[in-house]
Amino acid sequence: MKLNDILDALFPAGHTVRVANQVITGVAQTAQGTVAVLGTTDAAAIDHAMALALSGYILDTLEQHPGRPLVFLVDTCGQALSRSQELLCLNGSLAHLAQCVDLARRQGHPSLSLVTANAVSGGFLSFGLMADRCYALADAQVRVMDLKAMARVTKIAHERLLELAISSPIFAPGAENYRRMGGIEAIWERPSAGLLEAALGQGARADERTEDRRIALGAERGGRNLAAAILQTVDSALAAA
Amino acid sequence: MIPSLASRHSWFEATARKRIAGLLDPGSFTEILPPAASTPSPHLAKLDLPGAFDDGIVIGCGQLEKQPIFIAAQEGQFIGGAVGEIHGAKLVGLLKRAVREKPAAVLLLIDSGGVRLHEANAGLIAISEIMRAVLATRAAGVPVLALIGGSCGAFGGMGIVAKLCSAILISEEGRLALSGPEVIETVAGVEEFDSKDRALVWRVTGGKHRYLMGDCAMLVEDDVSAFRAAATAFLADWQEPAPSVGLLRATQRQLENRLTAYGAYRDGLQIWAALGVTNPESVPLLDRDSLVALKEGLPT
Repeated sequence: MKLNDILDALFPAGHTVRVANQVITGVAQTAQGTVAVLGTTDAAAIDHAMALALSGYILDTLEQHPGRPLVFLVDTCGQALSRSQELLCLNGSLAHLAQCVDLARRQGHPSLSLVTANAVSGGFLSFGLMADRCYALADAQVRVMDLKAMARVTKIAHERLLELAISSPIFAPGAENYRRMGGIEAIWERPSAGLLEAALGQGARADERTEDRRIALGAERGGRNLAAAILQTVDSALAAA
Repeated sequence: MIPSLASRHSWFEATARKRIAGLLDPGSFTEILPPAASTPSPHLAKLDLPGAFDDGIVIGCGQLEKQPIFIAAQEGQFIGGAVGEIHGAKLVGLLKRAVREKPAAVLLLIDSGGVRLHEANAGLIAISEIMRAVLATRAAGVPVLALIGGSCGAFGGMGIVAKLCSAILISEEGRLALSGPEVIETVAGVEEFDSKDRALVWRVTGGKHRYLMGDCAMLVEDDVSAFRAAATAFLADWQEPAPSVGLLRATQRQLENRLTAYGAYRDGLQIWAALGVTNPESVPLLDRDSLVALKEGLPT
């Protein structure tokens, strides 16, 4: 789906969005008022420049428009793979971006992300997964690595991985697997203004919005059952510092 | 003071438990979810792979110079210290407790390649939860320190987590980056990054480079007691700042300036020369104290 079609479907009341170097920045109108729209397009491989463009726009919004909701559109194939990027500590720029999303939450800006096409590892971690809630379009690809590459790295037969993927959401790519595990709040059949506004409305209560509920959600949905029990045990273990 | 060879205990070679024992006040450590009270990952068992009762991470409470400390140590010898469902949840649980109980600090002894591919989705979501939990802990006023010097370094999502901490203490042997050189070589070719060229890998991801660039706050000898001394010294001077736009603006400017100045370089040698190091070729040969002196003498 083309970015403009997605924007038109999400924001029928109007949007002014600019795309430069695969980075989306701009604003749109919703029933809840003006929202900031930002993210990446065309399966961007996130590099320093992209991460800093996004973090800069978040900081501008925090300074100039207190409380304005942030809507992230996620289409990333992961992080840029290059020596010059690593030389300047790419993980540092991605951490900085993540920190800006987190600060927005602390300063009362509701945020949500929508995976429009691809969401992969480092690129996904730096902003999509940092929003209060993450949603995905039904045909979105969400993964760490595709199964063939995983078979090569783990030295487990591809056929065996395919077989296990049917019963377990734990490693196989797919938005639905992430939903069952609590990482994705809900899957949208198509981009829709109604769903977006309902999702933005959910952020009304600050404590609901700021609490990371993904482990509990994964347990409720039966996709991630161990983490919740571990959390509980660690929480109640007798150990005094 | 550099301990004599006989009394040195290499951080690089130590296990997660040995690192904790040498780092904290003797006998002060209490493990949460010790192996006897745990079950290995069923996800690994399904793939017919051996698990570990601690799932590759040791967590608990103890003291550092009598100050209450929460600590987590990844075991690089178990599937590269990679983060799976249980591993991740243990760390998230410890950080959530830290928000409530407010120890003097949380120490993360990172030794990890990032997400455990055998549990890839659980690992990725867990890293995201760790990221948010680290920032929540810091926002509660509790410093979170990353200590890096193990054989797996801090890569992938754990490289991001490290950079979300209050500060990073790293040894010369420590490595910090996002994608591993092997991954870059596989995807982009050996001309882009030759992962067999150890000296090059080190000039791009190694502790000295990260320290010279300011990505790590302290460079530490590969010695357990040196890490203990460094963590103690760092915490004595550190007041965790409240998260603010002003602080992140300053970082934003710094990262932008750095990208403009050094974005085209492909080797540590080029950056060190641009930083004002007169003889960049000598950097790999310098011992820790000389390197620290060199960094302190650089123009700012």
